[in-house]
Amino acid sequence: MSHTNWPLYEVFIRSRSGLSHRHAGSLHAADDDMALDHARDTYTRRMEGVSIWVVRSDRIVASDPAETAALFEPAEDKIYRHPTFYEIPDGVENL
Amino acid sequence: MYTQGLDQQGKPEQEKQRRPAESEAELRAFQRRCDAEEKIEAKDWMPEAYRRTLVRQISQHAHSEIIGMQPEGNWLTRAPSLKRKVILLAKVQDEAGHGLYLYSAAETLGVSRDKMVDDLLSGKAKYSSIFNYATLTWADIGAIGWLVDGAAIMNQVPLCRCSYGPYARAMVRVCKEESFHQRQGFDIMHVLCSGSEAQKAMAQDALNRWWWPSLMMFGPSDKDSEHSAQSMAWKIKRFSNDELRQKFVDATVPQAEFLGLRVPDDDLHFNEATGHYEFGDIDWQEFYDVLAGNGPCNRERLAKRQKAHDDGAWVREAARAYAAKHAVQEAA
Amino acid sequence: MNRIKPDAQLALRLYVQRLGDNALITGQRMIERVAGEPELEAELANANFALDYLGQARMYYSYAAELEGAGRNEDDFAYARNDREFQNFLLVEQPNGHFGDAVVRQVLFDSFYLLQLEALLECSDQRLAEIAARAAKEIRYHLQHVSKWLIRLGDGTSESNARVSESLARYWRFAGEFFAGDEVDDKFRAAFNGPDLSALAVTWQSNIDALLAVATLTVPADIEHPVSGGRAGLHSEHFGFLLAEMQHLTRSYPGATW
Repeated sequence: MSHTNWPLYEVFIRSRSGLSHRHAGSLHAADDDMALDHARDTYTRRMEGVSIWVVRSDRIVASDPAETAALFEPAEDKIYRHPTFYEIPDGVENL
Repeated sequence: MYTQGLDQQGKPEQEKQRRPAESEAELRAFQRRCDAEEKIEAKDWMPEAYRRTLVRQISQHAHSEIIGMQPEGNWLTRAPSLKRKVILLAKVQDEAGHGLYLYSAAETLGVSRDKMVDDLLSGKAKYSSIFNYATLTWADIGAIGWLVDGAAIMNQVPLCRCSYGPYARAMVRVCKEESFHQRQGFDIMHVLCSGSEAQKAMAQDALNRWWWPSLMMFGPSDKDSEHSAQSMAWKIKRFSNDELRQKFVDATVPQAEFLGLRVPDDDLHFNEATGHYEFGDIDWQEFYDVLAGNGPCNRERLAKRQKAHDDGAWVREAARAYAAKHAVQEAA
Repeated sequence: MNRIKPDAQLALRLYVQRLGDNALITGQRMIERVAGEPELEAELANANFALDYLGQARMYYSYAAELEGAGRNEDDFAYARNDREFQNFLLVEQPNGHFGDAVVRQVLFDSFYLLQLEALLECSDQRLAEIAARAAKEIRYHLQHVSKWLIRLGDGTSESNARVSESLARYWRFAGEFFAGDEVDDKFRAAFNGPDLSALAVTWQSNIDALLAVATLTVPADIEHPVSGGRAGLHSEHFGFLLAEMQHLTRSYPGATW
């Protein structure tokens, strides 16, 4: 059986100016140019985008889910980073 | 650190061997996440059986989209107006896209598209039985959109809430795009039923041939469905086969009446007490025959897929060779 | 309106209609390829291109019907005309072969078609210039896409190079027809500032030469006996089958709506 193993790419689309690129999905392509074409033909058929990023999936560096607790839970008790932590006395405005 | 290496044909097998036995505590913690409606993501811990169930279901779903291009594609060159031609083409294209989204979702579980395609071509993997029926007239294109896509929507909408994140997200996109598919099918039927006697007969004939296979799309009756209970517990599946089938019949029979078509079931009647339509027995032997590869078009569908795969080999190879050549040049 | 002499008006209508014929027949050959592409992603691309061509055919035919003023619509042009009335290039009606054939055919045709559309932006018929502007955006992308594919195949493996070299040799004799204008082209050019085909030929040749060089392909020698006949409705034998298939349903049920 003949196989290609065209690498997998992740596709990120900016839906309109002013917004961030957002992960739309994946696809296979033999090279970066082809990945952009495929992303255009697959993920913007219904006017979903004005800009596309593609990146080979194996180039993405991701955090390890097993480390989720160590990585993210320490932020949970730092509630003083949020404005709702602070009480504003009655009558004080524009704060 | 953890790279999201998804292009890993062959690796999953090794991983499985290395994998330590799943502890009761792990399984319980996983079930708690499912019960709490948390989404499971690709690299999260999951029971091997959960992973296998998803790979099987998502790849079957993807294969169905890809094979499903053929019966409708059969009428692209003969669509009777330019408007119908572009609508049908957009729909068949969506099916290719949906196959692509779904293969991608399955790939997050560590199985390569190549492996899934191999399993399809070798007959190891299944796809929806419905696509092994022939599209003989233009009305079949209407019937597929109206009935087959109608049945698919019943199945797919609950999958948008599936516990596995990548599958759920793919299904959100699929459902959004498919919203026009059923309507265009009903529209074809409506125009035919408002047309000449010959056109109306064409529509009735299509309903006669597609009704029962559409009911079979929901899969075996609950009492015979092997995977249902566990899939429900894992929140992969939300409704049973029979529940969805009933919902489909209740929604579709009034539409057939509106069209002035007769549903080909002498036992069909409305039960005032339950508020549901009751329908006759499904010929499960036919279902299992088609699933086993003995439907009207099984061989043709797979042969066409195999041919496309084989014919494309030199193209895929050339693109890879070009990329390799130029990657070396750039690096030099 | 009456500033235009009737023969110029007819030239405009036929010119628009021919654009429609090229677009429709190109699209029809493309949709025959559906579910047969080398990779899933290529299905999406092929369908997108076919949708573009079919959409363009509809715009051209609708405008031609309007210019004619005889109550016909886009479908009458597609479904109710006979072979002689279709005046597309013979290249676009040739049967499909392998993926490389499709790439080479599209490179040759789109390279011409894009130049034609860009020239039409300057034509004095405003409606046609507007349609051309829309179509040019689509074809510019198609041409980039298929050009990149030609480069991959030409500069890929020895097998892919041999295959597209053969496709190029086979299709080359059809390309001369693009530039062999007839009285419709002459009249359209004179009355509406239409494209200068001999200028287009020079640009086309140099663009193709440059592309083939990058693709490591040899430019075929000039053809002593180029093929033509499309503008006169004299087709290859394949065309009758294409038309029979496309029109079979509407001709089987005359007067029906779908």
